[in-house]
Amino acid sequence: MQPNVLTWSAAGTPGEHDYAVTGIDSKKLGMWAFLASECLFFGALISSYLLYRTRGPADQRPGDVFDIPYTSVSSFVLLMSSLTMVLALAAIQQGDHRRLRLWLLATAMLGAVFVGGQVYEFTVFTHEGLNISSSVAATSFFVLTGFHGMHVTVGVLWLLSLVGMSMQGELPVSRSLDVEIAGLYWHFVDVVWIVIFTIVYLVPL
Amino acid sequence: MNEASLQREDVQVEVVAPAHEGDHAHPGARRYVEVAAFLAAVTAVEVGLYYTSLSGLLLVSILVGLAAIKFGMVAAYFMHLKFDGRLLRRLFVTGIILAFSVFTIALVTMDVLLK
Repeated sequence: MQPNVLTWSAAGTPGEHDYAVTGIDSKKLGMWAFLASECLFFGALISSYLLYRTRGPADQRPGDVFDIPYTSVSSFVLLMSSLTMVLALAAIQQGDHRRLRLWLLATAMLGAVFVGGQVYEFTVFTHEGLNISSSVAATSFFVLTGFHGMHVTVGVLWLLSLVGMSMQGELPVSRSLDVEIAGLYWHFVDVVWIVIFTIVYLVPL
Repeated sequence: MNEASLQREDVQVEVVAPAHEGDHAHPGARRYVEVAAFLAAVTAVEVGLYYTSLSGLLLVSILVGLAAIKFGMVAAYFMHLKFDGRLLRRLFVTGIILAFSVFTIALVTMDVLLK
């Protein structure tokens, strides 16, 4: 005999998912809407940099003090953090909490290395006489890369909070969506850097 | 058989999964590593191009093209846009197109891009 099937909406179940009429979890849909708006935010900052990067005294432009090999390594580190992030999501979806914590910590560590590298880069630039008020070109550079670094920092804190939740048993498989949403934010920060690295660092003045 | 005659063991409870239109299964770890290796290789090519004698519009076009490929790969595989519902894809692509259009027009108007 074919068993009868009782069904209900996932809203209010232990997974606490809240599906809208779209069939997509509201939190996930909200994160994608937020990321779409972030495209405009970073688009404005990148455009400002393109507009102003040749303005001001020649020795006060960021393009003259870039260390491409150093920034390339930083870019590689952030790129690889996207791999560890997606492996963390795969781990929780498989119910492997030990690997989840391992990959989350690896992602947070790589993110921290990237931010540390950016702080070092800013320090070197400052010692070479280029700071946020040196010229309008420098201002647009520091604002763009600084805001990106701030986004990475927020991501690192978010990942560490997920590790803490997992260690306290508050991140069961049914809440894997929380990791997926953090991952979406993290990967977005990565794709923004892909654009910044190319347009700001590699494209010649 | 009416409802009253249902035996307890006949009843199977099932949580309805969200009906994501066009959803597909996410890839495995091996595919993620392959994508990451590809991204690393493209980054190496980008940096290599920086040190070549290429210049001007050709260099800019290649670099922007490679960045677009990397952007697309991360969005498609790591952010699962290739596998998730069309609505999410449309939402994100709308943001990108809007941003690209607005700022391209602004920069062209200010004589930055076509200079």
